[in-house]
Amino acid sequence: MTATLASAVPTKRRRSVTARQNLTGWLFVGPFGIVFLALLVLPIGFALYLSMFQKSMIGGTKFVLFGNYLKAFSDPSFLDGVWFVIRFSLVLIPLQMAVSLAIALILDIVITRYARFSRLMIFLPYAIPTVIGALMWGFLYSDNFGPLAEIFEAFGQSAPDFLSSSLIFYGLLNIVTWQWAGYYMIIIYAALQGIDPTLYEAARIDGASQWQIVLRIKIPLLTPALLLILVFALIGTLQFFNEPQILQQLAAGAIPNDFTPNMYAYQQAFSLANYNYGATISFALAAVVFVCVYIFLFATRKRGSFTS
Amino acid sequence: MSVTPIERTRAGRSSRRGIERRSMPRKPGRVPLNIVLGLLMLYFLIPFWWLIVNSSKSSAGLFGGGSSLWFAGDINYVQNFIDLFTYGGGIYARWLANSALYALVGGIGATVLAVLAGYGLAKYSFAGRRFSFAILLGAVMVPTTALVIPTFVLFAQVGWTNTIWAVIFPTLLNPFGVYLMNVYARDAVPDELLDAARVDGAGEFRSFFQVALPLLRPAIVTVLLLSVVASWNNYFLPLVMLSDNRLFPVTVGIGLWQSTASTYGAAGSQSLWSIIVLGSLVSVIPLIIAFLTLQRYWRGGLAIGSLK
Repeated sequence: MTATLASAVPTKRRRSVTARQNLTGWLFVGPFGIVFLALLVLPIGFALYLSMFQKSMIGGTKFVLFGNYLKAFSDPSFLDGVWFVIRFSLVLIPLQMAVSLAIALILDIVITRYARFSRLMIFLPYAIPTVIGALMWGFLYSDNFGPLAEIFEAFGQSAPDFLSSSLIFYGLLNIVTWQWAGYYMIIIYAALQGIDPTLYEAARIDGASQWQIVLRIKIPLLTPALLLILVFALIGTLQFFNEPQILQQLAAGAIPNDFTPNMYAYQQAFSLANYNYGATISFALAAVVFVCVYIFLFATRKRGSFTS
Repeated sequence: MSVTPIERTRAGRSSRRGIERRSMPRKPGRVPLNIVLGLLMLYFLIPFWWLIVNSSKSSAGLFGGGSSLWFAGDINYVQNFIDLFTYGGGIYARWLANSALYALVGGIGATVLAVLAGYGLAKYSFAGRRFSFAILLGAVMVPTTALVIPTFVLFAQVGWTNTIWAVIFPTLLNPFGVYLMNVYARDAVPDELLDAARVDGAGEFRSFFQVALPLLRPAIVTVLLLSVVASWNNYFLPLVMLSDNRLFPVTVGIGLWQSTASTYGAAGSQSLWSIIVLGSLVSVIPLIIAFLTLQRYWRGGLAIGSLK
């Protein structure tokens, strides 16, 4: 009798403790949960719903199930846009990773006031809205306002036109690298500062050179930071919108309305008032992002780190 | 009297330098690295220099064919400043105020939600926690632009489009902020400390406010800064949601000016270009000041997610 009582009391108390844990836990998470349901789950569900209807002049709105997706995945405007952002990511991401990694490694070695100052200056573009960043570079590229013509004339050359359809790829590449390399550099730099310096000491005693320390110790230990940056850069680049949208006016003809999937979705929804197809493209783009991120995560998980 | 502290710091500094030197016996060539840093700074700062120089020019100076990287004969800051803040009935000041409102209300709201949810997920083992966390990680990968079109259609049905809430509500959703807070809270707030507070009779919320919050400060500042910057820089969301130009944030406003100026060609809208240039410069100053003054808070914080 006493034995059962003694064992019953703690379980009862434990249960009430977990009940309270449950309640308090949900009280903390609840407010965000409501926002999450209202502004993420609901819009996704609604996009899926919208994308299953087609609106036409005659016959009104009709249910087409996956008809819009069949249309999107055979629509050259959408497919070319997807191909462009994938191609752009494949060039951009390695480039800006290399730039930001190199700067972070330099700043990890040179510890002077000058280096600290340059770290801040290189980071500065992150504080600039992408719209303004694109506008600034648009000015620098343009014939009317830019220095390129002057500089190239001094060498007797004609200036490259980064706003022409053949070079706009590189023009955009430069803008995005300029905008984000400093931010990524700060993340990598902070991760470098977190590495235990005794590792370098030990490597040096073993006769490792500065280069070997960079390649064999620093870069492998930076893998988590680099992976994080890669995933975010990938998600961001596939949604490319602001820079091409702003440059569209300055780069006459080089950037059509279906240049990237997001621009195409914007045009469909807001210029043509075709919300059903706009939502379809948004949803299809989200699917492309998920697939790309998972392919990437799967590929890197296998390798484990960047060293062979 | 006054000599001692100076000497002490000097001694401290030289001994620190001694440690540095000891841990780095083979210094690589610093001069080339410093030159590289100088060139990098040049690249990252050139657009700013262009803005500073060209916002001093009158329209005639802007199109006058002089060097675009140096000041023209007349310095026109004051006149341009007056033009900027009086054009269109002083709409520019309103745009700046709107940007500040959206960034602060949206940013602070998102941070409060992220702190609560991140802490709750980290410190309470409530039913459904694991599931919530898995959903959260998935949500970090959802491209935010994919939500804009369905959210617009939803808001249109309840009459929220073209109001300030159409921009502020979606800003509250910041899954990455929750993730950062969760990662940080797990280590920064020891369970033993919370247990001690409970034993001393503090309720769950009191121990959150008085024990946990002070420990979370670096992460809170970081999440706040990231949310405010994301909101200040946002373009796609307000572009879609707002049609009344008195509600525009500065990014959408300048984008509007730019497209107006481009549409009418260089000849018809010369005066608009000079205020676009100065308007771009003025719009980047608040965030640059925020970043420079809050340096010691964000420098370490930006690495939170990347160390694991």
